[in-house]
Amino acid sequence: MAFDKMELREIEVWDGNFAAAQALRQAQVDVVAAYPITPSTPIVEGYAQFTADGYVEGEFVMVESEHAAMSACIGAAAAGGRVATATSSQGLALMSETLYQASGMRLPVVLNLVNRALAAPLNVNGDHSDMYMIRDSGWVQFDAFCPQEVYDLNLIAFRVSEDHGVRLPAIVNQDGFMTSHTAQGVKPLSDDAAYAFVGQYKPMNDMLDFEHPVTHGVQTEEDWHFEHKARQHNDLMTKVMPKIESVFAEFAQLTGRKYTPVEKYDMDDADVCVVCLGTSVETAREVAKEMRAQGIKAGVVGLRVIRPFPFFQIADALKGVKAIATLDRSSPNGAAGMLFNEVAGALFNTDTKALLSGYIYGLGGRDLTKAHLVALFKELQANVDAGKVTTQLQQFIGVRGPKLAFL
Amino acid sequence: MSEMKKIKNLKEFSTSADRFEGANLLCPGCAHSIIVREVLNATNDDMVLSASTGCLEVCTAVYPYTSWDASWIHIGFENSSTAVAGAESMYKALKKKGRLKQPDRNPKFVSFAGDGASYDIGFQWISGCMERGHNIMHIVLDNEVYANTGGQRSSSTPIGSSATTSPAGKVSYGEKKNKKDMMTIMAAHGIPYAAQVSPNKWKDMVKKIQHGFAVEGPVFINAVSPCTTEWKFDPKDTMHLADLATDSLVFPLYEIIDGRELNITYRPKNVVPVEEYLAAQGRFKHLFKDEYKYLIKEWQERVDANWAYLQRREEARV
Repeated sequence: MAFDKMELREIEVWDGNFAAAQALRQAQVDVVAAYPITPSTPIVEGYAQFTADGYVEGEFVMVESEHAAMSACIGAAAAGGRVATATSSQGLALMSETLYQASGMRLPVVLNLVNRALAAPLNVNGDHSDMYMIRDSGWVQFDAFCPQEVYDLNLIAFRVSEDHGVRLPAIVNQDGFMTSHTAQGVKPLSDDAAYAFVGQYKPMNDMLDFEHPVTHGVQTEEDWHFEHKARQHNDLMTKVMPKIESVFAEFAQLTGRKYTPVEKYDMDDADVCVVCLGTSVETAREVAKEMRAQGIKAGVVGLRVIRPFPFFQIADALKGVKAIATLDRSSPNGAAGMLFNEVAGALFNTDTKALLSGYIYGLGGRDLTKAHLVALFKELQANVDAGKVTTQLQQFIGVRGPKLAFL
Repeated sequence: MSEMKKIKNLKEFSTSADRFEGANLLCPGCAHSIIVREVLNATNDDMVLSASTGCLEVCTAVYPYTSWDASWIHIGFENSSTAVAGAESMYKALKKKGRLKQPDRNPKFVSFAGDGASYDIGFQWISGCMERGHNIMHIVLDNEVYANTGGQRSSSTPIGSSATTSPAGKVSYGEKKNKKDMMTIMAAHGIPYAAQVSPNKWKDMVKKIQHGFAVEGPVFINAVSPCTTEWKFDPKDTMHLADLATDSLVFPLYEIIDGRELNITYRPKNVVPVEEYLAAQGRFKHLFKDEYKYLIKEWQERVDANWAYLQRREEARV
């Protein structure tokens, strides 16, 4: 059976969901098993339409739940071929059991996670609660700030995930609606160039090799479990980041688009900066430039890779800064916030004297406005001027009612 | 072409291709291993197997050992059916793309799961696989209880059975609900083949497994698996218990083709009273107290009614 290739223009106008669907098509995924959920549904619909129109040769399996989607992905990956899916929010929560099984069984799968709030109260809009929920699940996690990056990082994710030295599943995050449903210019590769970059899947321990029967998903108790988990962590800490960086370099050669585990904007001489994820990076970049016109040397740090956490890269990026704000788009529900904690951990034991404060914003799709960020940068500058954090360590921004601050 | 094995006698059967090792941790007298061997011995074709979390899984794949000389996967409690469905989808994809390493093979995709993993927690996953028409066989090792975790009731646990979460006590006769009719539910998906099998009737079992492998589409097999530990009988009596189950008609052997055509495949010459089946197991011991003897009568009436129903369906060809 053959399949058709698609002629693409040099610049297409795609939203993040369609960019993901196109990348999956070009990667010639062998099995996509999926279940629709807002706001990731158009990825699945887009892929279904490609299949219906003869652009896909692989199997497309619409299952009855997200848990079954990842279960089928695991079975398909263990059988020995390229596998991908997409989900959001409650869907990710339902499949979370199997996320640990995919990574623990060292099976490459690419999951497009279109970030959305977690109920209750039910909410379909973007925040990073789902992303944060599974951050310790053993998956490699990339973060895209716009549709172009969704497309690029999907192609990159297959290369990293399927590498025989890595063999770990990978998530490509994008902001629900803000990225997933906002059409922008995207420069795609041709079908041939994209597939040449991703390459043909190279099976390992594949169940469909009947000359070499393999047992997947064994039991280990106190005698071996710790060693298995330690080895997986060891690979995430030592092998994955070098692989990501080499694939980033190869991708830059091919496309001219350069990625780094920690993206820095206006950071060379920055006094104050924010550390954030997703579309907020783009808003913050614009505001930082405006702050510079007002005499505040502002910069922005965005995490391109969330897992493995770029511990040293983030410390390096924040080296000369005097005041830092972490922006967490998920309720920490009784703690300081994921980015606050991770950044604090990366900076501790370094020579930095930077003042660190954390902001909780944007829950359930609440906008982060430029005005919010202007006020935030001014607070950071006030911290620098005072030589101490002048506010409470954790502040909520954009929430109605009296000012909410803790710690 | 699929390779059908001709089984001539029990000796040949018991010494044929050994893809499931005797080196496993299942209880002495466990029917699971007997059923698995009978299934695997029904074909010489390659197999992709899965198991749900449960007795079979924890006793056959404890790192660094495996009892399986065939491709095998375990993910979780609820999803053994979907695991092989995923593998079967990959097989189809690689076949289309010409990337199979051994394109001349004709592999069989089989998931094993207990009754807890099938009737209860895995119900939705199995239903999804049946509805989507994957070319897989799902086999329930039905011991009517969560045996791996110490004997909690499942929706396959029959009335009057004492399970650890529905124990018999001073004011209770144990499980209050009747066993879920999984065969009818599965057949209602319109699948090409559903059948009940029992390890003592191995020729009937092999015939059904081979039929299941020959048809295109999902197959559901419910295999009674007498559990020495939770049913509480002597490990040497496993086959005797299976005989009592089939010959009392508590566990009738039949098949449903295309969701409609029901055929009874075994009619015992001498039907054993249900009381004998119950009396052979410790889990029903309390039913023989005077105050609960009415339940034994009800048991017999229920089994008789079910047998009459199956015969009516068989005659009516519906």
